Amino acid sequence: MEKRVTFSKWTIGILFAVPQLILIFTFFYWPAGQAVYWSLTLQQPWGGGNIWVGLDNFRSILANPDYWRSVSASLVFAGISTGLAMFIALVLAALTDRQLAGSWLYRVVLIWPYGIAAPALALAFRFILAPEAGFLSVVNQMWPGIWDPGLDGTDAMASIIVAFSWKYVGYNFIFFLAAFQAIPRSLIEAAAMDGSGVIRRFWDIQFPLITPTIFFLLVINITESFQDSFGIVDIMTSGGPANATNLMVYKIYSDGFKGLDYSGAAAQSIILMLLIILLTIFQFRFLERRVHYR
Amino acid sequence: MASITIRGVRKNYGKTQVVHGVDLDFASGEFVVILGPSGCGKSTLLRMIAGLEEISDGTIAIDGTVVNQLEPRERGCAMVFQNYALYPHMSVAQNIGYSLKVAGVPAAERTQRIQAVARTLELEHLLDRKPMALSGGQRQRVAMGRAMIREPKVFLFDEPLSNLDAKLRVQMRSEIRKLHRRLNATSVFVTHDQVEAMTLADRLVVMNGGRVEQVGTPGEIYTRPASRFVATFVGAPAMNMLEGTVELDGLSLLGGSRRLAVPRAGLPVGTKVAMGVRPEAVRLVAPGTSGALDATVDLVEELGAGRVIYVDLDGSPFSVMTSEAIHPEPGSTVWLKFSADDMHFYASETGGRLDVFKASVPEPA
Repeated sequence: MEKRVTFSKWTIGILFAVPQLILIFTFFYWPAGQAVYWSLTLQQPWGGGNIWVGLDNFRSILANPDYWRSVSASLVFAGISTGLAMFIALVLAALTDRQLAGSWLYRVVLIWPYGIAAPALALAFRFILAPEAGFLSVVNQMWPGIWDPGLDGTDAMASIIVAFSWKYVGYNFIFFLAAFQAIPRSLIEAAAMDGSGVIRRFWDIQFPLITPTIFFLLVINITESFQDSFGIVDIMTSGGPANATNLMVYKIYSDGFKGLDYSGAAAQSIILMLLIILLTIFQFRFLERRVHYR
Repeated sequence: MASITIRGVRKNYGKTQVVHGVDLDFASGEFVVILGPSGCGKSTLLRMIAGLEEISDGTIAIDGTVVNQLEPRERGCAMVFQNYALYPHMSVAQNIGYSLKVAGVPAAERTQRIQAVARTLELEHLLDRKPMALSGGQRQRVAMGRAMIREPKVFLFDEPLSNLDAKLRVQMRSEIRKLHRRLNATSVFVTHDQVEAMTLADRLVVMNGGRVEQVGTPGEIYTRPASRFVATFVGAPAMNMLEGTVELDGLSLLGGSRRLAVPRAGLPVGTKVAMGVRPEAVRLVAPGTSGALDATVDLVEELGAGRVIYVDLDGSPFSVMTSEAIHPEPGSTVWLKFSADDMHFYASETGGRLDVFKASVPEPA
């Protein structure tokens, strides 16, 4: 049955679409178009017009080993933080779904981290993970110098991964819990009657049935880990030490606004956008096949 | 094949008790149907046998072994759910074979047993389909196959036919009966549909409000309902009930406006009773026949093979089922008669059956 609303005059339809079109154009296509234009020109930091340089900006970025280090740091960050945030959320949601004691508490409390602005939570984690006075300073008392995100690049990367994952665990948890609760109880009971234990039921019944949610969260988490990591990096490490945590999104900011290389930053934005688009296409193309939609 | 013994079983949800001490014995190989209105605790009782609900008090034993503390898989029961509960991401073959896979049965034997079950249920051509692509009746069959393949000691059915249309329901009913005759496993079938209950049961358990009202063969339950609840719940249209008082020379009905000459047989004068008579036991007789009651016709319901005539007996509703070609006009007067044999008496207060009136059988005068 045709459920679409149709308008007798095409002009009325256009009128309804116009507000949305204006919003999308003003806040997405126009800035994106500007970025493309800047990336193909050399903009002078003190004003005075743009000089057309073609793909020179891209060439110089891609030839710079610093940029490639930033790309690999971003990929490491995206991979580990997405994996961590999704795994912890999945375990918590599975336990909450079984209605173990205290599950009502998780349900209420776990969404809160997502509501905290990235810089605020980054500041909190900066204190928590501070090598000289934070909770983790205990390990330095036992093995002096083992933990120092200010000097050790790996420690710094671990710090921002922990902070980012902590925020997204809450977000993922809500989606996972909703997915688990959408599975009819009788399916779990039928599997129990078929002789399947708790762990087996999880892998054979629950996990396959929440694959649409897992897929959705994977796409969202990876995309967000490229973009939403800015506030955390800025407050916790400022890209250091020795560029170890200079993620792509942070490098755009520091090259553009601190280094005043607007054109190079615009080109980096375009590359980041293409990378996210490619990753998303890849996920839809190769992972979605394994998803069971009901 | 296994017997089931239920002793003093109760179920509490917090402070609310929904099953109040049930004692039942199901013989090995028996087909038992638990019948009752929704919320009477019949499904809860079934789920306690299955191991899906904890037993708050009392014991359930299968083949003499108390199973209270056993996991569902250790009890040897298979269950068919109301909504079938098929695994949506598995094919029909995988659905049927899942329990064997969990049990670690080798793939070759598994395929062979899935084939055998599919053959009995005529599902062979559907083995590769997903449940989504099946009709209601086919899904029902797959659910049965999933229960059958385990060769369980006990089959549990939780209103398995209520999602099917009328025609399929009749068909599946006879298939379940045939299947039981062949497999001969003890079966417990829960339903609120009395036709299903009467046709399937070797023995029928009628439940109400968390208690067992009566246990017996479908025939016993129809002819001698043990309580007022059973009398009005089993049979369609429902049994007529008229309030009355025992008097010296018979029974005064409807606050004294009607009298029936029934021997009082030991009941003290003044006892309040409810007199029941099935609509199909009432005859329409010629006007003025002695001992007949006159009533005003409200409505005639045509059933094809017969008709139900709803009448008004001094303000109380009363119904008559007849196969005669009589079509009284609404508003006209009919004369009704029934024999003392067909009357059932229940204590007004407790609803319990009173059999004293059956001592002798004169025609009502």
